[in-house]
Amino acid sequence: MQFVSFLVNGISLGSIYAIIALGYTMVYGIARMLNFAHGDVIMIGSYLVFVLMGSLGMPPFVAVLGAMVGCTLLGITIERIAYKPLREAPSLAVLITAIGVSYLLQNVALLIWGSNPKSFTSVVKMDPIRLFDGQLVITGETLATIIISVIIMIALTLFVNRTKMGRAMLAVSEDKGAAQLMGINVNRTISLTFAIGSALAAIAGVLLCSTYPTLQPTTGAMPGIKAFVAAVFGGIGSIPGAMLGGVLLGVIESLSKAYISSQMADAIVFGVLVIVLLVKPKGILGKAVKEKV
Amino acid sequence: MAKMLSVKDLNVSYGAINAIRGISFDVEEGEIVTLIGANGAGKTTTLHAISRLLKPKSGTIEFCGTPISNMDAYKIINLGLTQVPEGRRVFSNLTVQQNLELGAYTRKDGADAIAADYEKVFERLPRLKERRKQLAGTLSGGEQQMLAIGRSIMCTPKMILMDEPSMGLSPLLVQEIFDIIKDLNKSGTTILLVEQNAKKALEIANRAYVLETGLISMSGNASELANNPKVQAAYLGA
Repeated sequence: MQFVSFLVNGISLGSIYAIIALGYTMVYGIARMLNFAHGDVIMIGSYLVFVLMGSLGMPPFVAVLGAMVGCTLLGITIERIAYKPLREAPSLAVLITAIGVSYLLQNVALLIWGSNPKSFTSVVKMDPIRLFDGQLVITGETLATIIISVIIMIALTLFVNRTKMGRAMLAVSEDKGAAQLMGINVNRTISLTFAIGSALAAIAGVLLCSTYPTLQPTTGAMPGIKAFVAAVFGGIGSIPGAMLGGVLLGVIESLSKAYISSQMADAIVFGVLVIVLLVKPKGILGKAVKEKV
Repeated sequence: MAKMLSVKDLNVSYGAINAIRGISFDVEEGEIVTLIGANGAGKTTTLHAISRLLKPKSGTIEFCGTPISNMDAYKIINLGLTQVPEGRRVFSNLTVQQNLELGAYTRKDGADAIAADYEKVFERLPRLKERRKQLAGTLSGGEQQMLAIGRSIMCTPKMILMDEPSMGLSPLLVQEIFDIIKDLNKSGTTILLVEQNAKKALEIANRAYVLETGLISMSGNASELANNPKVQAAYLGA
């Protein structure tokens, strides 16, 4: 029964990684860049909820909605100011800019909220579920995380495959030039992708801090890197890949902590990534990129 | 006849290399005009500049009287000008049907009119109908070319720029593609055709321009150019 409990926790943690990884993978697919500031958008989202709920006393639902709006605007602004002027620049320049934005966000948070960790009040008001005569306890946070993640994944899959805007995103990710010939506004599509990714980051931040309730300016860094690993693990650019990669990563981490060593868990997670990439360089669900002739 | 496309003193460069060095030409409504020339002469560059996938260095491009040389690439289709790009560039992870839907991306005349046009495309290109649900990446080269053409006519264009539609196809398919182009032209679509297969292109075109290292070296009626000894020696393998 303990195993099931570790597994459920792993799925829950993995779902958060998956939501963050979706932001990475969508932005990579559309704009061909690794947005290393993505993890810090999560942190900003969490602080926004902390302020809206804690200091301004808003109800949790409204606070989360406010954080989503805030992060969406932040994501679009970052793209407009920092990345858009570099659209034609070498990818290394964009990568370094993204790292710069990451440090900028962390330091802005440091200026505003200080370095002392804040204790985050969970937004989930659900009682734990006790199964098998109390042998298996699933907290409200864990359950809510899994449910919300499943809803997000289904909604995003439907959006991308069934709507005109989603289809345009797929077209841009495959061939920007051909997409423009179809009349698709590539810049607007990129903005939309950042908007969606950042709104998801806000949700991920709230779920993360509800489960692990310490909030500080570096809160987003590690989950950001793990989610990046998850996106690569599943095949960067692939939406189902990010979902699968995230959940697998969470489960591996949780089980490693439980059965092998809690200090070694991160090393094991990254070790598995190395092995997967050696065997399948494009990730689990990644497609081999055809070289243009 | 009214001038549909008019290009004046067009210059396009890649960094320090001047790929197009001040060319001027025009296409009248209802014509098939072909731009022939060797590899690297600047044919694709010219088409990309017209579609604004490349930014011209100088010169003017007008389509139906509207200057388009400073327009955003994605807006040009709204004027009724589209391109079938070199190498087809179909969306290979999407199905045939979804590719056609993207072709109709800018249309606002309702689902019924668009659905009726899918049927017209399938009537004209029956092979696509059989493969409607198949991923475009799994089609053969000829089928992909048909899809690229089908996709382009879904926006009901006045004019199509076609870049090497016969490239890499078997002689039988080349004939089929050229028949489709002629047929499109008969039903009222103006065509600017870029081809390495100069013989075939001159057969179906009204007029032609010969592009040589970024300059137009000859122009005239397609049939006259086909009989010109210089053209025959350089491009028709005579």
